[in-house]
Amino acid sequence: MQTESKIRADSGTEPGPRVPGCSLRHFACEQNLLSRPDGSASFLQGDTSVLAGVYGPAEVKISKEIFNKATLEVILRPKTGLPGVAEKSRERLIRNTCEAVVLGALHPRTSITVVLQVVSDAGSLCGCVWPCVGQITSQMGEEEHCEPTSQMGDNGGSVAEEARAVLTFALDSVERKLLMSTTKGLYSDTELQQCLAAAQTASTHVFRFYRESLQRRYSKS
Amino acid sequence: MKETPLSNCERRFLLRAIEEKKRLDGRQTYDYRNIKISFGTDYGCCIVELGKTRVLGQVSCELVSPKLNRATEGILFFNLELSQMAAPAFEPGRQSDLLVKLNRLLERCLRNSKCIDTESLCVVAGEKVWQIRVDLHLLNHDGNIIDAASIAAIVALCHFRRPDVSVQGDEVTLYTLEERDPVPLSIHHMPICVSFAFFQQGTYLLVDPSEREERVMDGLLVIAMNKHREICTIQSSGGIMLLKDQVLRCSKIAGVKVVEITELIQKALENDQKVRKEGGKFGFAESMANQRITAFKMEKAPIDTSDVEEKAEEIISEAEPPSEVFLNLLSVSKPVLWTPGTAQIGEGIENSWGHLEDSEKEDEDEGGSDEATILDGMKMDTGVEVSNIGSQDAPIVLSDSEEEEMIILEPDKNPKKIRTQTISATQVKAPSKKPVKKRKKKRAAN
Repeated sequence: MQTESKIRADSGTEPGPRVPGCSLRHFACEQNLLSRPDGSASFLQGDTSVLAGVYGPAEVKISKEIFNKATLEVILRPKTGLPGVAEKSRERLIRNTCEAVVLGALHPRTSITVVLQVVSDAGSLCGCVWPCVGQITSQMGEEEHCEPTSQMGDNGGSVAEEARAVLTFALDSVERKLLMSTTKGLYSDTELQQCLAAAQTASTHVFRFYRESLQRRYSKS
Repeated sequence: MKETPLSNCERRFLLRAIEEKKRLDGRQTYDYRNIKISFGTDYGCCIVELGKTRVLGQVSCELVSPKLNRATEGILFFNLELSQMAAPAFEPGRQSDLLVKLNRLLERCLRNSKCIDTESLCVVAGEKVWQIRVDLHLLNHDGNIIDAASIAAIVALCHFRRPDVSVQGDEVTLYTLEERDPVPLSIHHMPICVSFAFFQQGTYLLVDPSEREERVMDGLLVIAMNKHREICTIQSSGGIMLLKDQVLRCSKIAGVKVVEITELIQKALENDQKVRKEGGKFGFAESMANQRITAFKMEKAPIDTSDVEEKAEEIISEAEPPSEVFLNLLSVSKPVLWTPGTAQIGEGIENSWGHLEDSEKEDEDEGGSDEATILDGMKMDTGVEVSNIGSQDAPIVLSDSEEEEMIILEPDKNPKKIRTQTISATQVKAPSKKPVKKRKKKRAAN
């Protein structure tokens, strides 16, 4: 499962060591809300919300077929305007991480398409897409989960634009190892390690959320 | 993905049921499915659910120069997108017919009916006007896209607030959301599309067809009306021939339906406005049903990051210090110009392919890469990754084959060492003259 946590210092705008007492914003998810896709999930964190739908394993075009595993395709659509380069690069990022996690070898010569729609964006978009993807892949029965957590380096506000650096990590649910990291901005290596350690701490909450939401969903079946 | 074809027995079943005035979901002939409207946190964002068909609408605005022949009017732009999650058959290249049809219908319904006052969008005549952009995304296709899309569009437009502008002489001041409250758009009336599906050459009619019913229908009649019973757009497609009184009857039904839907929209808009004014919580998170088993919420959770700094210190101190290689790489990162058009930055690693026969050599890219920039600002615990562009170290032997171009510089006498991250210092070679060679071989027999 993937989640994003944003560290938000509660006070102060001066640079320096991060103020203890950061918190994860409130999040909510809903699964299986669309009738056409094979799996769907909606994830909300604070004011940011992403809707994801997955189709698969399904027929794949011969040109895109891979003989020993599933072809994973990720499509991310922004809310306004046409999709551009930023969306393409995010799609690539998500696809690479998902390929590592999804057990594609169980479905060779098929295609798995993940479609993400940005419903509202208040800053923590990068991390919001992950829980969606995680939850829908869990609906498809994939075993391993991974989780992205995002850290804000040294910022006083809760808005991503004010931060000096934004670091997003995807962590694996089993051993909290690092699967993916993407960063924007300037930071020192100490800060990187601090952010990573904080992300690992935050990930426990997120995984707990995942586990509880799935337990709730499968409690009646 | 290809669309699953509809089986003959399913088609027969649906048609027989319609003949007996029965619908799959138990509705009556003139019944609409449940309409649910929810708003997001920003103005102009809404999700409309017509049964299971779901459309997301977002309105945005921008100051632009007006069109030349309409210098005092704002610009309206509508865009309906059939997202790939709405149906497996919606692929980027494949949906053009349906997409064009829906977009044109939406435009005629909203633009040509003049429901939005475009004169009020003018800021400075001939120079600056507002461009209002309505983006609609179909999230789930369960039939009757056009109705859901038209409701979403008009709801989003009514919900939207544009920033306030004031003009003093030549100066135009655009106020941000914090300075002055945003201003709603000026909307004259609310056109809503109502769809009628015809079966058996116009004998049977259904309002608000679902996806299965759309598949077996003969033709579709769409009437866009407002609550004052004014027809804004009417379109009949599918090649069915309708009688005059059939069309009149449909317009009467549409009138009744539109009044109901408009009431629903007004109520939803008022509720949202009330909640926002009172300072309550609004947005999609609140409209999510709590009691559903598939929905789950978690409140704000504090994270204990007090030991983060100690952990980080530990990791950094345990990690190997950057070796001198790293520092030396930084120093050799300046490009060295050999001849015009030939330069070298850093050095590559030793050619690990062993001694190659010359006739096997293809075009090679020479030049090392600048490892220093990759590592800028970050230190990794794992070894320094070195780019693996090979470099020449073997003496060059002319082969018998005809060459088109060949440039040979002094071959390298000293073999290069591979750079690795080691704790002990490694010898760093000064960049030696590296032969840069490009050979194009005529591939006679391939």
